[in-house]
Amino acid sequence: MGVTVIVTESLSKRFPRVTALDRLSVDIGPGVTGLVGANGAGKSTLIKILLGLSPATEGRAEVLGLDVATKGADIRERVGYMPEHDCLPPDVSATEFVVHMARMSGLPPTAARERTADTLRHVGLYEERYRPIGGYSTGMKQRVKLAQALVHDPQLVFLDEPTNGLDPVGRDEMLGLIRRIHTDFGISVLVTSHLLGELERTCDHVVVVDGGKLLRSSSTTDFTQTTTTLAIEVTDTDEHPDGTRAVRDALHARGVTVEDGSGLPGAGHILLLTAAGDETYDLVRDVIADLGLGLVRMEQRRHHISEVFKDNDAARKEAVGHGN
Amino acid sequence: MATEHPTATVPGDQTRIHNIGYRSYDGPRLGRAYARRSLYSQSLRGAYGLGRSAKSKVLPMLLFVVMCLPAGIMVAVAVATKANELPLDYTRYAIVLQAVISLYVASQAPQSVSRDLRFKTVPLYFSRPIETADYVRAKYAALASALFILTAAPLLVLYVGALLAELDFADQTEGFAQGLVSVALLSLLFAGLGLVVASVTPRRGFGIAAVIAVLTITYGAVSTLQAIADVQDSSGAVAWIGLFSPITLIDGVQSAFLGATSAFPGGAGPSNAEGVVYVLVTLGLIAGTYGLLMRRYKKVGL
Repeated sequence: MGVTVIVTESLSKRFPRVTALDRLSVDIGPGVTGLVGANGAGKSTLIKILLGLSPATEGRAEVLGLDVATKGADIRERVGYMPEHDCLPPDVSATEFVVHMARMSGLPPTAARERTADTLRHVGLYEERYRPIGGYSTGMKQRVKLAQALVHDPQLVFLDEPTNGLDPVGRDEMLGLIRRIHTDFGISVLVTSHLLGELERTCDHVVVVDGGKLLRSSSTTDFTQTTTTLAIEVTDTDEHPDGTRAVRDALHARGVTVEDGSGLPGAGHILLLTAAGDETYDLVRDVIADLGLGLVRMEQRRHHISEVFKDNDAARKEAVGHGN
Repeated sequence: MATEHPTATVPGDQTRIHNIGYRSYDGPRLGRAYARRSLYSQSLRGAYGLGRSAKSKVLPMLLFVVMCLPAGIMVAVAVATKANELPLDYTRYAIVLQAVISLYVASQAPQSVSRDLRFKTVPLYFSRPIETADYVRAKYAALASALFILTAAPLLVLYVGALLAELDFADQTEGFAQGLVSVALLSLLFAGLGLVVASVTPRRGFGIAAVIAVLTITYGAVSTLQAIADVQDSSGAVAWIGLFSPITLIDGVQSAFLGATSAFPGGAGPSNAEGVVYVLVTLGLIAGTYGLLMRRYKKVGL
C-alpha cells in the first residue's frame, strides 16, 4: 500500500441549488481517519465521489492510486462501504446476506462462505448469524453492516456514521472494532461522524469539513490539545463553603479561563475548562489539593462538532494563553 | 482461497483454544460479470423462495404446482382414454391459466425489487463493482427466467405426456416449440411490466396490488370491449382492441404466427398484417419497460 490512500485536489461538487463540496483538497494516509462534519457538511457526497458513483463537478480524486473518474469499478472491488442507513433485508440470515454480498464483490462461492464465517466471527456475531436479521438488536445489525463491508478483505473501508443509534456500551465496542480493523486486519479506515469526541479516541488523523470546505486536517493529538474540554466537580468544605467558586478563583489566578457549566445537570457545581494537555490535568489536581477540597469528578466532555466550529478560534487562543 | 496460517493448529496441543486471527484474502476477484451472474442466480432462486424464509417459499411453490397440475391431469386423461390429441393446445395453456401467471408476477416482482428499495439494499449493490445496467439486467433476466420456468414446465409435462400417449411426434414437437416461443415472449413481457410497476414503490403490498391491477384491469377492459365490438359485428375492431392488454397481445402474436387458435371473441385472431403490429408492440413494450427500469435506477444512488 502506498503512502497515501485518498487524495483529493480542489474537489468540488455543485448541485443546482447547493454546493456540497467546495475545492476540497485532502491527503489521507493509511490508518484510521475520521471525517467529521455536521449533517449536510458534504461527508456523504465525498464518499459517493470516492466510490466513483457520482462525478465531481471540478477537481480530481484518487483512491488507492486509482482515479475515481475512470476506475470506479476497480475501486469498488478493493473498497468496503458501510452505509449510515439501514440496508439489511429482515427475512434472511446474516450468513446468507453476507455470503451474497461477498459474491457481489467478486468472491467465488467457496471463498465467499469461508470469508463470511470468518468475518462474522471477527465482528462478534456467533450463533445468531443463522437467524433472520429482522430479530437482531441495533448493535447486531451494525455488526452485520460492518461485516458486509469487510467480507471481501478490502484495502480500505468507508464507514458512514457507524455508531449512530448505539447505546454507550455498543458505541465503545464499535469504536474498539474500528480500531482493530486497522491494527489487526491491516485495513485502512475512513470513518465519518458528527461527534468529534468519539473520533478523537479512535482515529490517527481527523479531517473536519464544514459547508463542503476543509476546516482542518490534523493528527488526533493536535486536535486533543486544542479541543478537549474538562468538566470538574468538587466538594465544599468548612474552610471553603463554596468549593466550586474557590477553585474557579484559584484557576483564574493561574491564568486559566473557567466557565460555569450552565445548562448542564448539576449546573452551578460544574466547571468547564479547556485542557491543553497533561499539564492542565496536573494543574487542576494541584489547585484542588492545595485548597483541601475533594474532587468528585474530572472528565473529558464529548464535543459535538458544532461546538468546535463555534469555539474553534476562542479555544485555540485560550490554549495558547494558558498552555505556557 | 483464504490463506491458512500455520499457527491455526498446533499438533500435539489441541486442548488450547486458538484465536486464528485475521486472515487476508489473496484469491481471485471475479469482477463485474460474475457479480451480475451472482445477482441473477440469487434473484432467480429468490423468485421461488429459495434462500429465504420458509414462509416465502409457500406462495411461489403453490402457484408452480397449480400451474402444472392441470397439465398432469390432461396427460392422464389423454393416456387413459387413448385420445388422439391433447385436450388443450400448447399455446392455449398459458392463456387459460393467465390468472395464475398474473398472481405469480404480482407476488414475485415486488419481492424482487421492492424489497431492495424498501430495505435500502440497492445502495449496497452499487457500492460493489456492478452498475445500474447490471442490476436491471440481472433482475429482469431473473424474473423472466422464473416466469419461463413457471410457464414452460407444464408444457413440458404435456409434451412428455403426449409422447407417452404415442401421439404424432412431429405434430407434438411443432406445437411444443410454438408454445415455448409464446411463453418466452410472455415471460419477457410480464416480467418487464411487473418490474416497472413494482420498482415505483418500496411497499410490497402496493406493488402486488398495482401489478394485479395493471394485468387484470387491462384484460377485463379489453375483453369487454372486444365482446361489444364482436356483437356489433365490427370484427376489425376486435383485433385492434386486443393490442391494449398484455395477455391479448400474446394471444394475438401467437394466433397470427404460432399456429394458435385465438381466444378472441368470434375466434378471429389478427390477420398477418395486424399480427406484425402485435409483434412490434410486444417487442416495443419489452424494450420500453427495460428502458424505464434503467431510468428508474439511474436515480437510486447511495
